[in-house]
Amino acid sequence: MMTDTPLVSVRDLRIGAVTDSGRNVEIIRGVDFDIAPGEILALIGESGSGKTTIALSLMGHTRRGCSIEGGTIRVGEHDVTGMTERQRAKLRGTEISYVPQSAAAAFNPSKRIMDQVVETTRIHDLMPRAKAEERARGLFRALALPDPDTIGERYPHQVSGGQLQRLSAAMALIGDPELVIFDEPTTALDVTTQIEVLRAFRRVMEEGGMAGVYVSHDLAVVAQIADRIVVLKNGEIQEQGTTEQILSAPKHPYTKELLAAFDPVPHVAVKDVEAEAETPILEVRGLYAGYGPIKDGEPLAKVMSDVSFKLYRGRNLGVIGESGSGKSTLARAIAGILPAYRGEVLLDGHTLAPSLGQRSKQELRRAQIVFQLADTALNPAHSVGSIIARPLRFYKGLRGDAADKRVIELLDMVHLPPTLRHRLPSELSGGQKQRVNLARALAAEPELILCDEITSALDTVVAAAILELLKELQGELGLSYMFISHDLSTVEAICDDVLVMYKGEVVEALPAARMSQDATHAYSRLLISSVPQLDTGWLAGLEQDPELLAAFSDR
Amino acid sequence: MLWSTTTWRLIGQRLGIALITLVIVSFAVFFATEMLPGDVAQILLGQAATPEAVAGLREAMGLNEPAFQRFLGWLVGLATGDMGRSYVNDIEVVDLLGGRLQNSLRLAGIVTVICVPVALTLGIIAAMFRGSWLDRAVSVATISVISVPEFMVATLSVLVFAVWLGWLPALSYGVNVDSIGAMLRAYAMPVITLSFVVAAQMIRMTRAAVIETIETPYVEMALLKGASKLRMVLVHALPNALGPIANAVALSLSYLVGGVIIVETVFNYPGVAKLMVDAVATRDLPLIQSCAMVFCVSYLTLITLADMIAILSNPRLRQ
Repeated sequence: MMTDTPLVSVRDLRIGAVTDSGRNVEIIRGVDFDIAPGEILALIGESGSGKTTIALSLMGHTRRGCSIEGGTIRVGEHDVTGMTERQRAKLRGTEISYVPQSAAAAFNPSKRIMDQVVETTRIHDLMPRAKAEERARGLFRALALPDPDTIGERYPHQVSGGQLQRLSAAMALIGDPELVIFDEPTTALDVTTQIEVLRAFRRVMEEGGMAGVYVSHDLAVVAQIADRIVVLKNGEIQEQGTTEQILSAPKHPYTKELLAAFDPVPHVAVKDVEAEAETPILEVRGLYAGYGPIKDGEPLAKVMSDVSFKLYRGRNLGVIGESGSGKSTLARAIAGILPAYRGEVLLDGHTLAPSLGQRSKQELRRAQIVFQLADTALNPAHSVGSIIARPLRFYKGLRGDAADKRVIELLDMVHLPPTLRHRLPSELSGGQKQRVNLARALAAEPELILCDEITSALDTVVAAAILELLKELQGELGLSYMFISHDLSTVEAICDDVLVMYKGEVVEALPAARMSQDATHAYSRLLISSVPQLDTGWLAGLEQDPELLAAFSDR
Repeated sequence: MLWSTTTWRLIGQRLGIALITLVIVSFAVFFATEMLPGDVAQILLGQAATPEAVAGLREAMGLNEPAFQRFLGWLVGLATGDMGRSYVNDIEVVDLLGGRLQNSLRLAGIVTVICVPVALTLGIIAAMFRGSWLDRAVSVATISVISVPEFMVATLSVLVFAVWLGWLPALSYGVNVDSIGAMLRAYAMPVITLSFVVAAQMIRMTRAAVIETIETPYVEMALLKGASKLRMVLVHALPNALGPIANAVALSLSYLVGGVIIVETVFNYPGVAKLMVDAVATRDLPLIQSCAMVFCVSYLTLITLADMIAILSNPRLRQ
């Protein structure tokens, strides 16, 4: 094959979908791109931009309800669009392979890992079983997996998420494909784990000289691995170019917007700490919480221990940590949803009862909690108006016209039109739902809002707008936020102080603006240094102590 | 390694739960029959009996003892295989029940052997080709069969096959079953009627269970590795659907022992269900209790078996 012929060329690709109501919509509208042999192309876009749909169509696969309606996809000498399903099946795993978003879900829970990794060679009869297993063990080694000789004997639930993600890469590489599709393979991982996985991917791709498609919403991650970037929105290409060019000289306004969402917006404290004279709005003293049956006054699974901090009025406290660090448990314990079994929570100097049920209506009103997933936090059967009116009736006894008037005011505060109150949550976008979620908390006229990962499920641009709104509300209403997130840049953008949590304990308390300079604890330093930067050389230049990584990350 | 201590512990737990359930059920059965209206001694002796005779019989039958004491005695008897004597026939309940249970189990066995493979195959095929004409045909057929009450199926098949066509005997029992052909003819109609009801349920539940696993990311992953449809379903989807399918099968089959009264009556088939209904008519308490216990035991056995299959098919529970 001549080197200047692209390995993949997609021309005027159109994919249609049938909606639940039976309507036909075009979700991919005429997309063209090429991939050269050995090149890694990134498909970047927000949810609903069609990036995964395009990636899967390269394998001739469309999800239920979707179908390729026009255009051509050529991979090597194969015309994927013109093939029968049987011919496409021959291509899958051998010429093109797939690394899924969530390896935990993509591994069959009832089969051993090795059986699944070598399955491609069995299906296509590529090599004898013993040879395939030997090759798999070689890949496990190349992907820096622990116990490469025996890890295949385990079941998927017996290895960690980061390991599974690397094992899924081995599963994709076993058939020696020319093109590998990575579908957001690190999105579900913690930042410290993400680094290991990204490194392993990059190494095997470089050594094998394979071409790749890397689907992601995260520009910083893509900057580390891709040669070229295609920016997608609503099923159309907005801009494509080399990684350098897209990052340093974006042409399209949408690309600029995406990049702008990355720029750290320095947070200006509404108010400085005014000595010890003032009573903190929230004070936590030696708080312990956990789950499971309580024995001798302690629950079976202790998730969080000895957390203490003070949050002063008008200031914001960030809580960062990886999954399982106990940060959400902290919010739940403060809110009383999960009663703490030891320690004290003081609201404006008054001790609160550990459990929600024992707190007074006034105490409940003053501290509100907003959850991560607005989808599940909003009752799908109630209209937006009645969702927001409920706390108005509960705390203030407002009904009828008075309540309706207040609902409109609250919607206005979160920048939503009053007509929205007649709609159901399912008729709103993700960002709108999160605003309604926030309006419901504001209805109680709280002084403190506990925000539990409220921007994590949102696209970057939408999340940035929610953060802006939070700041604006703080200025108007004098609120204080406790802001829980695994995303350091979000915390940096809104918080004054930060608690770093690890395995249920606070390892360090830092001023948000000086997180990277002031961090002294080994874990905080590791966590902060693991956040990908919008710089193509960041991963290559990153130096982390491997022992530190081994000690703290989920390997 | 397949049988670790955890597996044994889980299976032991299931068996323990089954045993406790059995004791609770026997308690309920005993006291429910106690509450049946009418005095047994009075009924046995008839309207003309003198009060002294009734009192004497009550004393002789031990009916004056406290209920709980009689319950314990009955429970111990059950455990040692002594189910008491039938009031009406004055023979051991065990002897009365034994033959009938054999009949019931034979019928249930034949239906099971025919239905389970057919139902599973149809259910899996319908799930594999979801939305195709085949799937729709199977769905329409199963829904129609579920909606038609079994006495309709039974009487209609008697009308068609026995009365109009004259191919099959209308009654299953009492006919000569000395050749295989005769046996087939004798069992054909009850088996067909029962298969209709039982298989329809199994097909629907199997289809639903397999479809649920087909939609998981790991089956899509198998597709993206180039697996054929057959491999996706048999190797990846089915092992994970085994637990729900086993439960569906157990639930359907449990119906074959106790719930077949209509079929047994229509075809005059001497099974346990018919025996129990007759026993109720004659207020034969020991017999009623024993029949009820037979139903409960068979139900519990099936459900416990299904639970064990679910445990063994799940590597998370197996280890």
